[in-house]
Amino acid sequence: MTISRRQFVGSVAGAGIASMAAPRPVFAQNGGPIRIGMLAAKTGPLALGGIDMEIALVMYLKQHDSMLAGRKVELFVADTAGTPATARTKAQELIERDNVHCIIGPLAAFEALAIADYLTEKEMPTIGVAAAEDMTQRHPSPWFVRATATSAQCAYPLADYSAKELNFKKIVTIADDFAYGHEMCAGFQRAFEDNGGKIIQKIFTPLATPDYGSYVAQVKSADAIFLGTAGSNGFRFLRQFIEYGLKEKMAVIGGMTALDESVLRNMGDEALGILTTSWYSAELDNPLNKAFTTAFRAQTKYDPGYYAGGVWVSCQVLEGALKAINGKVEDKKALMAAIRGSNADTVRGIVKFDEFGNAVGNVYIRKVTRRDGRLVNTVIKTYPDVSQFWTYDKAEFLKNPVYSRDYPPAKNLEP
Amino acid sequence: MKWIAATLLAALLVLLPSFAGEFYLNLSSQILIAVIFALSLNLLVGYGGMTSLGHASFLGVAAYISALLTSRYGWGHGPAAIVSILGTTVMAALFGVIALRATGLGFLMITLALSQVLWGLAYRMSDVTNGDNGIPGLTRPMPFGIPLDSPAAFYWFALIVTAFAYLMMAIFVSSSFGSSLKGVRDQPRRMAALGFNPWMIRWIAFIYAGFWGGVAGLLYVYYHKYIHPASLSTASSAEALLGVIAGGSGTLGGPVAGAALVLLLKNYASAYTDRWNILLGLVFLFIVLVMPTGIVPGIGKLVARLRGGSR
Repeated sequence: MTISRRQFVGSVAGAGIASMAAPRPVFAQNGGPIRIGMLAAKTGPLALGGIDMEIALVMYLKQHDSMLAGRKVELFVADTAGTPATARTKAQELIERDNVHCIIGPLAAFEALAIADYLTEKEMPTIGVAAAEDMTQRHPSPWFVRATATSAQCAYPLADYSAKELNFKKIVTIADDFAYGHEMCAGFQRAFEDNGGKIIQKIFTPLATPDYGSYVAQVKSADAIFLGTAGSNGFRFLRQFIEYGLKEKMAVIGGMTALDESVLRNMGDEALGILTTSWYSAELDNPLNKAFTTAFRAQTKYDPGYYAGGVWVSCQVLEGALKAINGKVEDKKALMAAIRGSNADTVRGIVKFDEFGNAVGNVYIRKVTRRDGRLVNTVIKTYPDVSQFWTYDKAEFLKNPVYSRDYPPAKNLEP
Repeated sequence: MKWIAATLLAALLVLLPSFAGEFYLNLSSQILIAVIFALSLNLLVGYGGMTSLGHASFLGVAAYISALLTSRYGWGHGPAAIVSILGTTVMAALFGVIALRATGLGFLMITLALSQVLWGLAYRMSDVTNGDNGIPGLTRPMPFGIPLDSPAAFYWFALIVTAFAYLMMAIFVSSSFGSSLKGVRDQPRRMAALGFNPWMIRWIAFIYAGFWGGVAGLLYVYYHKYIHPASLSTASSAEALLGVIAGGSGTLGGPVAGAALVLLLKNYASAYTDRWNILLGLVFLFIVLVMPTGIVPGIGKLVARLRGGSR
C-alpha cells in the first residue's frame, strides 16, 4: 500500500496547524513595550536602500537604549522584497501577528500604495519614506505621513535655482522609467519652464539598464542635464557620460537620489562640482546631524544619505510624538494627532506636516566637494520651508492629474 | 482510510478560521489563490506538455479588467467579474492561436514574449493602468450580500472557489478529453494518425487553463485590493511554474503542494531569516536532486520504497 496524496497533504496540514496553534505573543495593553514595525526592501533591486534603512533604525534604538518616551521599544523588521504583493503580506505580518503600534517605511511607491488602504483600514500610524505624490495629495490617508519629501518636492527648488541663479535656458532630463522618475522630472520641468527655461529632451531609461551608451549618445546639446535617477543608476550613467566627454560641454545637476551619499562613496573626482537637491545632506551643520553622521560613519564607514537619513528623521518625529503623549502608544488616534502636529527638530531641520501629512521643511541645494579625503554634498543654498505644492495654488494643483511621463506635457522638446 | 483522511482534511480546512489567527488566515487565502493558479498552469505544463512562462498574463489581465471596471467605470462586481473572466478567456483563445504555432521551447518563448508585451502595456499606458503606481483603493465583492472584508469570510470564499476549481480541473483531466490531451502530450503524431486534431486539443486546454488563470486573477485582486504591473511580470509566471514543477507536474496534488511551498517560503520563512532567497534555492535544489519528479510523486515513491523494504 502506498500513501495517498490526501494522507500526505493531511499530515503536512496537521504539522502546519500545530505550529499555528502555538501560543501567539499576548501583549499587555499598557506597560508592555512599544512595538515598532519596519517595512524595508532588504532583497531585490531596492535592497541597498532598505538595508540602510534598517541600519539607521537599529542604530537609533541602540542610541536610546531601546527606550523611547520612558518605555521599552521592540523592533520588528519585515522584508518586502520590493514587490507589492509581498509588501502587503508583510504589513499583515507586522500588524496581525506582531501587533505593532506603528510602522516606519516602506521605501518604494508601489509598496506604499499597495498597503495604503490596508493601513487605513487597520488604523495603523505609518511614517513612510516612499515618495509617491498621491499618497499625500489626491489619495491621502489620515494614518500616513511622510517626513521626507514627495518625488518632485526637492526638484522645484533646483529648477528655480537653475533658472534664476545659474541662468540655464535649455535642459535635458534623464530618469529611471518608473513613477518616481516620471514625477520628479515632471515637477522639475514645470517649475523650470514656469521660470522661462525649456526642457528640450526627456529620456527615460529602464530601471535595470546595463549600458547607458546608447542613451548618452542621444543627449542633445543643452546648458545642463538633470539626473532624476535612483540607486546606483546615476553613478553608472554619469561614468559613461563623462567617458563620452560630455561633462565639459554641459553642466550636470541631479535630484534627491542621483548623487546620494550611498552613491557618492563609489565615485571619484569626476563628480566634483555637480549640483543636487535634497531635503537632507550628511554635511548639514547642526548638532543633531553631527551626532548622527559621526555614529553612522563609525559603524558603516560611509555617510548616511537619503534612506538612512529618512528613517532617522522619521524616528525623531516618532519620538517627539511619543513624548507628547507620554508614551501611551495604545491610543493610536492620539499618537497620529501628535505625529501630525509634530514640530520636531530633526537632522534635516524642523519638520512640520501639512494637512495631507507631507513634510514642510528645508530643501538644500548641494554641491559635490572633497573634504577630509572623501566626496561630500556641501550645502550651498537653503530653500526654507518648501511645501509639496511649491509656490503653486494647492486647490488648483490637486485638480490636475498626478505627474506622469506625459503630464504636464513637454511643449519645448526638440525634434 | 483514504476517505477518513480526506474528510479530516476537509473539516480542517473549513474550520481553520476558528483556531488560526488573522495573519495565518490571510496567508491561507493567498495559498488558495496560488493553488488555483498553479493548478491551471499545470493543465498546460503537466497534462499538455506545454511549458508556459507567460501564465501570469491571465492572472494579471483578469485582475486589471476587474480593477478598471469597478474603480474607474463604477461597474458592479458581478458584471465586472463576468466581463473580466470572459475577456481573459477570449484573450487566452487569441494567445493560443499565436503561441500554439510552436511547441516546446518555441512555445515557451512566445508565451514569454506575449506576457512581456502585456507587462509593458500595463507599465507604460499610465493613463489607463496608472503605470507603476498601480490601481489602489479597490473593494471586495459582496456575493449574496455577504461582505468579504473579514479574513475569515474571504478565506471561506476562496476555499469554496478553490474546491470548485480543483473539482473542475480534476474532472477535466480525468475525462476522455483529458486522456486525449495526455495522448497529444506523449504521442502527438500517433494521435493525429488516430484522427485526433492535436492542435485543437492543445488549444482547448490552453483556453481552459486561461479561464482558471483568470479566476485566480479575480481572487488575487479581490484579496489584495490593489493591482500593479508586477503581477503580470515574468517573475510572477516563473514563480508559479516553479511551484508546479517542485510539487510535481502532471499530478493534481503536486501544484497544490508546490504553490503552498513557494508561498510559505516567500512570505513566512522570510520573517525568520534575511537569507530566504538562499533557502528557496536550497529547497529547490534539494527537490531537483532527490525528487526530480516533484514533491508529491517523490514522497509517494519514497513511502512505497520504505514499505517495500520493511516487508
